[in-house]
Amino acid sequence: MSAVTQDTAVSTGRITRAFIYLVLILFALFYLLPLYVMGVNSLKPLQEITGGNMMALPSEWTLDPWRSAWSTAQIGVEPTGLKPYFLNSILMVVPAVAISTIIGALNGYVLTKWRFRGDTWVFGLMLFSCFIPFQIVLIPMAVVLGKLGLAGTVPGLILVHVVYGIGFTTLYFRNYYASFPTELVRAAMIDGAGFFRIFWRILLPVSGPIAVVSVIWQFTNIWNDFLFGVSFGGTSQPMTVALNNLVQSSTGVKEYNVHFAGAILAALPTLLVYIVAGRYFVRGLMAGSVKG
Amino acid sequence: MATKADFRTTLQDWLPKLVLAPSFAVTLLFVYGFILFTVVLSFTGSKMLPKFTWVGFENYEKLFALPAWSTAIVNIAIFATLYITICTLIGLMLAIFLDQKIRGEGVLRPIYLYPMALSFIVTGTAWKWFLDPGIGLERIMHQWGWESFSFTWIKDGEMALYTIVIAAVWQTSGFVMAMFLAGLRGIDNEILKAAQIDGASNWQLYRRIVIPLLRPAFLSAFVILSHLAIKSYDLVIALTGGGPGRATEMPATFMYSYTFTRNQMGIGASSAVIMLMTIAAIMVPYLYAELKEKK
Repeated sequence: MSAVTQDTAVSTGRITRAFIYLVLILFALFYLLPLYVMGVNSLKPLQEITGGNMMALPSEWTLDPWRSAWSTAQIGVEPTGLKPYFLNSILMVVPAVAISTIIGALNGYVLTKWRFRGDTWVFGLMLFSCFIPFQIVLIPMAVVLGKLGLAGTVPGLILVHVVYGIGFTTLYFRNYYASFPTELVRAAMIDGAGFFRIFWRILLPVSGPIAVVSVIWQFTNIWNDFLFGVSFGGTSQPMTVALNNLVQSSTGVKEYNVHFAGAILAALPTLLVYIVAGRYFVRGLMAGSVKG
Repeated sequence: MATKADFRTTLQDWLPKLVLAPSFAVTLLFVYGFILFTVVLSFTGSKMLPKFTWVGFENYEKLFALPAWSTAIVNIAIFATLYITICTLIGLMLAIFLDQKIRGEGVLRPIYLYPMALSFIVTGTAWKWFLDPGIGLERIMHQWGWESFSFTWIKDGEMALYTIVIAAVWQTSGFVMAMFLAGLRGIDNEILKAAQIDGASNWQLYRRIVIPLLRPAFLSAFVILSHLAIKSYDLVIALTGGGPGRATEMPATFMYSYTFTRNQMGIGASSAVIMLMTIAAIMVPYLYAELKEKK
């Protein structure tokens, strides 16, 4: 990806360039529009939305919608705000990301440096599992979580996300380790280093970039998941489900400003991760699963 | 002493497989075992709970006789076609434009890409209210003086599907742009220079040389977008809830409502099987080719 700075050799005329800039800027406005709408309207009193213009800046700035979305808004039947659900999401995401990344790293290590007959098949079967429509596993998963006593709990959701996340994490680490010189691993073996020692001393120290990719990918996917949350969340629903309940609630006045504040709250963690580490994410995606 | 060393070597031989085994076992059980379970269920008369009374293809016959399922199939076909085509066109155009030594590329790229970091529920919430005629776009235009402006798609059974296309394109077209941009940056400039010396115009250059060279990026984009399209559940729920009426019903929403709220588990399972087969028809050849190449 060092080639990113390499521009095309094509040259363009003045008018063409003006046109190109115009299109690029219009699209930038299109992508920014919903963010602007959410931000501006989350800082207005409700009557400024229902009686005013959504594109206008607030004439009276207020943080009340944010306070309400966070701690007092009616979610389902409880006036708890989104706070407890935000915590559920954190409690679910952190272990699920950590576990699936560690497993993915070990799997990738085995699949590239300790190859065995049929390893491509094993990998292929795991890889296909990334792409199944999850509807196909919803019913049996509900049965199994019920049997395990994990239905409607955070540990249950962690289990689900780890199980359906290791395909992707394995893919990332496998592709990354594949380009790591196997000779170094062989040399270490001859020197008597064992399986875990080689992993710990040789592979792990160079795994930083791909670990970042795996963590960002898993974090975004699990934080943003709705289907598993709504199916198996029970009383431990994640943020996305709570936000949907808040917005779709059919009772009372629709508090658009609170909905927008809630939506930004739900988006904040992944947006922060994206702003801080987004460039590694894209680079890794290009180098990993997708051949550009 | 010898046996101890033997044990160590044997352990070292088995250790890699032992480390991989739990993941593989979990995949076999939770993915392939579960698929088998759902396939079996689709041939049973399960209603609210799984039960194993064999009914043959009855669920599939019922499924394809249901108007809601026909709506879902037509909707996903229209949605997937538009979504994949528009995302690819916008992505390709933005990538080619961004590749013209643009000042501010570093600012524009993250702006195009950030929607990908958001949950579909957030995207759905933002667009749901922005497209709402009562408070959103239509009203904004009226207040700005364009009194005759009308945009009621989201409330209109005929047009609501297209609002889902708008929101979905908004969310992923930037990501497609990044895939094409990476492809463009991988093309050797010498080829382009040679063609220019031969007198090729910019248009010819892109049509004849660059776009054919982007084939792998087109394929990846197609696979990822079609996979996202068929799985689309969250966005529909957040934006239209499958409505107005059942106008924006999709296979994913159909499966959920038949299985968990209408207690027709057998029919729900059969719809999930159809979804899986559709995705498998796209993914299996692609993954097979990828894995074979990398060997």
